[in-house]
Amino acid sequence: MGSEPEPDGAPIEVRGLVKRYGELTAVDGVDLTVEAGDVYGYLGPNGAGKTTSLRMMLGLIHPTEGTVRLFGRDPARSVKALDGVAGFVEAPRFYPYLSGRRNLELLADFDGGRAASRIPAALETVELTDRAKDRVGAYSHGMGQRLGIAAALLREPRLLVLDEPATGLDPAGMRDMRRLIRRLADAGMTVLLSSHLMNEVEELCNRVAIVSSGSIVYEGAIADLNRNASQTYHLRTTDDDLALEICRREPGIADARVEGNDVRFCADEETVAGLSGALVEGGVLIRALSPQTVSLEDLFFSLTEGSPPAKEPATEPAAIGSA
Amino acid sequence: MNPTALTVFRWELRKLRFQKRTYLGLGAAVAVPIIFAVATSVQSGGPDDVPFGRYIQTSGLAIPLVLLLFGSIWLYPLITALVAGDIIASEDHNGTLKTILTRSLGRGQIWRGKVLAAGSYATVAILLSGVVAIVAGCIVSGFNPLTTLSGTRVSAPTALGLVAASLGFYLIPILSIACIGLLLSAVTRNSAAAIVGTLLFSLLLQLIAILPGLGGLEPYLLSSQFDAWQGLLRTPADWGPIIRSVWVCALYAVPALIGSYFVFQRRDVAGG
Repeated sequence: MGSEPEPDGAPIEVRGLVKRYGELTAVDGVDLTVEAGDVYGYLGPNGAGKTTSLRMMLGLIHPTEGTVRLFGRDPARSVKALDGVAGFVEAPRFYPYLSGRRNLELLADFDGGRAASRIPAALETVELTDRAKDRVGAYSHGMGQRLGIAAALLREPRLLVLDEPATGLDPAGMRDMRRLIRRLADAGMTVLLSSHLMNEVEELCNRVAIVSSGSIVYEGAIADLNRNASQTYHLRTTDDDLALEICRREPGIADARVEGNDVRFCADEETVAGLSGALVEGGVLIRALSPQTVSLEDLFFSLTEGSPPAKEPATEPAAIGSA
Repeated sequence: MNPTALTVFRWELRKLRFQKRTYLGLGAAVAVPIIFAVATSVQSGGPDDVPFGRYIQTSGLAIPLVLLLFGSIWLYPLITALVAGDIIASEDHNGTLKTILTRSLGRGQIWRGKVLAAGSYATVAILLSGVVAIVAGCIVSGFNPLTTLSGTRVSAPTALGLVAASLGFYLIPILSIACIGLLLSAVTRNSAAAIVGTLLFSLLLQLIAILPGLGGLEPYLLSSQFDAWQGLLRTPADWGPIIRSVWVCALYAVPALIGSYFVFQRRDVAGG
């Protein structure tokens, strides 16, 4: 009836999204808003309902309840909602008996417009020009992932939806994939990146939603996460008893206590600067003074497994739930 | 240019060119008439118990007709099912449904393109098989007049026209089989199941026709419509069976097509 709303909403606006398969609730009331320019991390262990949510966002699965709007339009109603949207869920898949280039030609024809003229540049961007004539069936996993990005770029998307794009890639492939996503984001593309790799999300994203058992358990800016989390300090000195006393006297310091070999307390950065002077004046020399960030990983485990955030910093980035 | 169902149709044909099953089906459609013609040339006599069987030595134009009779049992339904049963399910197998459904084409357009392609393939296979049978038949038995089912002789050019028209009417039940294949392809999401299922459906109907007590159903079975063209080979032509084949086939094809459409339109694409 010509009443299609103008595409003026947020790139992604999801409200009360639910998907049930019989008794199983795969997605349980997800609310999500991805604003223009966001590189939004959608983080959760395997089986948390990430892919099902993404499939609903792309109109591949019909929601049991709730709504999805892409730039204000409903992908369950019309494929027009995918104008300006591209990406893939799980591994991108192509016709194995056709060459990479021919697969892109097919998809460009399915896109219409001038998509076909963008094929050479898309192949160049993902560094597949040399292998474009080979059958996709002979591609490695990493090449398939890159072809998936190329296929997405043909649509000149304003919103790129990527489901675990680095999964199954070797370390160099992962690095290249992240560089590529970074480059696309820097060029102004809004990106929704589902991942179970916390370092990937920390490195690439400005916002994150952590999803567990079909529900979002944390949503916020990565910067907020770091700011809020860096208030606990560990202190080691030449005289911990005296140091504890000084800490307790110092204004702005809370919850000072000895734990293990450390004095621990909560404070902001200014107070800590003042404390270091007070300690030296009091004849206590500092051996170590370090802020304890609650890493995304700590938060992740505490939210998805129910244990409190670990107080020790993560020693290395971890992949979780990938069994 | 905005993409349409014709865009899908063109690409489905292009994809068929790159798949082995296409050549398996078309290869059989070409090879069987040649084998049949060669066998005719090295034997005396023919299959006397089927219409036109006794004339294959005297007129090459009897050969495509006998082939249509034998091909109805499973050969042509199988060739049709090879593509119709696969054309949707192969997207499930390759995981490519999600790839093509996230472009700028609606599900209805993709479905229409696939239906058109499956129908085109079946049509090409039958016509190709018919043309090869006519040519091979005429080489081994001559371009000679043909005796119709009413016992009258018609000239070779007239007989050729009748054979061509028979091939055309034979397409009606064949395209209905394609619709059954498309339905099973959408429902089962598995090529092998859809192809075998379509063939089994066709065989089952033939079985029903010969079961005692169920003979009354025979005129309304899809499998019986494969013989409707024989009405043309009477003098005067009997249009009754042909007209019946049109509506009986529609009774099978239309619900199958509608079912296939709705399954494809509404299904969740959760795999791949």
